[in-house]
Amino acid sequence: MTVASPKRPAEAPTEVPTTSYREAVREAIRAAMRADERVFLMGEDVGRYGGCYAVSMGLLEEFGEERIRDTPLSESGFVGAGIGAAMGGMRPIVEIMTVNFSLLALDQILNNAATVLHMSGGLFNVPVVIRIATGGGRQLAAQHSHSLEGWYAHIPGIKVAVPATVEDAGGMLAPALADPDPVLIFENALLYNGKGPAPDPAHPVDLVHAAVRRPGDDVSLLTYGGSLHKTLDAAETLAAEGIGAEVVDLRMLRPLDDETILASVTKTHRVVIVDEGWRSGGIAAEVATRIAEGAFFELEAAPERVCSAEVPLPYAKHMEEAALPNAERIAAAARKALGRDG
Amino acid sequence: MTGTDTLTREHAHELLLDMLRIRHMEEKCAELYQATKIRGFLHLYIGEEAVAVGAMRALTPEDAVVATYREHGHALIRGVPAESILAEMYGKQEGCSRGRGGSMHLFDADTRFYGGNAIVAGGLPLAVGLALADKMQGRKRVTACFFGDGAVAEGEFHESMNLAALWQLPVLFLCENNLYGMGTGIERAESETHLALKAAAYRVPAWDVDGMDVLASEETTRKAAAAVREGGGPHFVEFRTYRFRAHSMFDPELYRDKAEVAAWRERDPIELFRQRLRDAELLTDEEDAGLVASADEEVERAVAFAEAGTWEDPAELERFVYSEPQAPDAGERQVTS
Repeated sequence: MTVASPKRPAEAPTEVPTTSYREAVREAIRAAMRADERVFLMGEDVGRYGGCYAVSMGLLEEFGEERIRDTPLSESGFVGAGIGAAMGGMRPIVEIMTVNFSLLALDQILNNAATVLHMSGGLFNVPVVIRIATGGGRQLAAQHSHSLEGWYAHIPGIKVAVPATVEDAGGMLAPALADPDPVLIFENALLYNGKGPAPDPAHPVDLVHAAVRRPGDDVSLLTYGGSLHKTLDAAETLAAEGIGAEVVDLRMLRPLDDETILASVTKTHRVVIVDEGWRSGGIAAEVATRIAEGAFFELEAAPERVCSAEVPLPYAKHMEEAALPNAERIAAAARKALGRDG
Repeated sequence: MTGTDTLTREHAHELLLDMLRIRHMEEKCAELYQATKIRGFLHLYIGEEAVAVGAMRALTPEDAVVATYREHGHALIRGVPAESILAEMYGKQEGCSRGRGGSMHLFDADTRFYGGNAIVAGGLPLAVGLALADKMQGRKRVTACFFGDGAVAEGEFHESMNLAALWQLPVLFLCENNLYGMGTGIERAESETHLALKAAAYRVPAWDVDGMDVLASEETTRKAAAAVREGGGPHFVEFRTYRFRAHSMFDPELYRDKAEVAAWRERDPIELFRQRLRDAELLTDEEDAGLVASADEEVERAVAFAEAGTWEDPAELERFVYSEPQAPDAGERQVTS
């Protein structure tokens, strides 16, 4: 699998170093820990095991047990400890193995991390980074496969980053650690093996802007995370049919980059939102509403949504595939938005 | 009962005054609640003063405090000015949390007072993290974490005890066992009601102490705090205490007998201590009256300050959801370095 890279300057050398999403995250952690003694990694099996998805493989040997800290199976405890350590002057990176497990720490994330700054009238900020593996497509069934990043985006006080490219996977960690407030980074587990251009320290990424990954004039396909490559595949299919699809990678679910979203829709006048989360009350609904509020008279068709089916994700491969967004369904939604589905 | 033999007059008067300061401030809070000056939930600490007053003596200014939603007394004795506590309860922007927190969420950076937490046991993992930061940065500080008997039933209590013990973190767990989690008696909530045994299960050294005896509270907490400070890992103290007032201002107290409350009131920590000081000839009528007057004056000043306070402009509503650009890039704002 190739993970899309953002546009690079035309004068960039043709031989951009390539790496995997997994290695990009690992190198970003390594660089952050070398640069700042306050940074440490904490989570289940991040040390001796090397990380459930092998992200932290080798880091224990370099940094030792104090800074690559294996935790008990105790999500509320160690996420809360990360929050407390951040308030105490450290810069923790807390890893949660799977988004479904993060629900055991939701109390700490919502009631403390997202809330303390406001509740204390601005006295105490919480500079913690929480990395969470998310997403389906690996036949792990209904307790390891959901995409709950849209839920987290509901919460004021935290930022929600959803890196889809190798460059963002590595590049978003440094600005997240520099941020004075809690940043949740959702890494879609299907992306870890994907290859792409490595993060370029000369071109740091931000936690603000969405990115146009493929320009087009006829329809906007707005997506993020694990759905980006499916959406790019759909755009390729549509191109063969003479339809120019613009693919926008949201990159951040909170804050949403309204400006880039509305600019794309204003250009194409038609929009499909692709979201691996459930449809009802999800982030796709929020994006659609913002478009309706901000660009209603630019629209020539109702916004389309391609989301996961409203079921707990099933185990059987064909059933799981039926539940998740895919390129075919995305292309079909685009044709519908263009009135070419008849 | 801890003896008064080595107690100095000055020390004795400080302890009595601190208990009176809490009692009188909170009695005023109840009045102000009835007068609708204070709204929301109001949880009074009356009856439990000997715990916070005794325990807080064991801490240094560099230490951190994490507390519960029944934390007015802890904030006051830790050094948060009564003025800013009352202003906070009024919802005024001169309050210690700018009126954003209220009674249950008193915060103060100067005294490293990390809140008032209204999620039962929600503060324990934070305390573990603050202690972890100290240990990783080589600081010999203690994080004192107050919580009630109700918290012991929460998973976060057990996760925090385990983490703190596993990593030998400098946390002082201070359990205020007032026998009720809101309206549910401890014997209806805990299969093992001797709470110190739960700490022992995590290999955390634990004591239980009479929480109505301020000298015992102080002495035991001093021992535990010294052990934590010397690198002995987390320690646990259970204070056996009782709240004299209802759980909150909405509580008709249908779940406990008036006789039970009356029996505990016989052991009022202030009256017990007062009598002991008189017996030991450490307190005269005149001195006693002076302490009472001092506590009352502080409350009067605090009420005047809160009354004179101002309302934050609603245009500022969305401030402090995220840090403001001028905020330093640091989680820690305490004055000590």
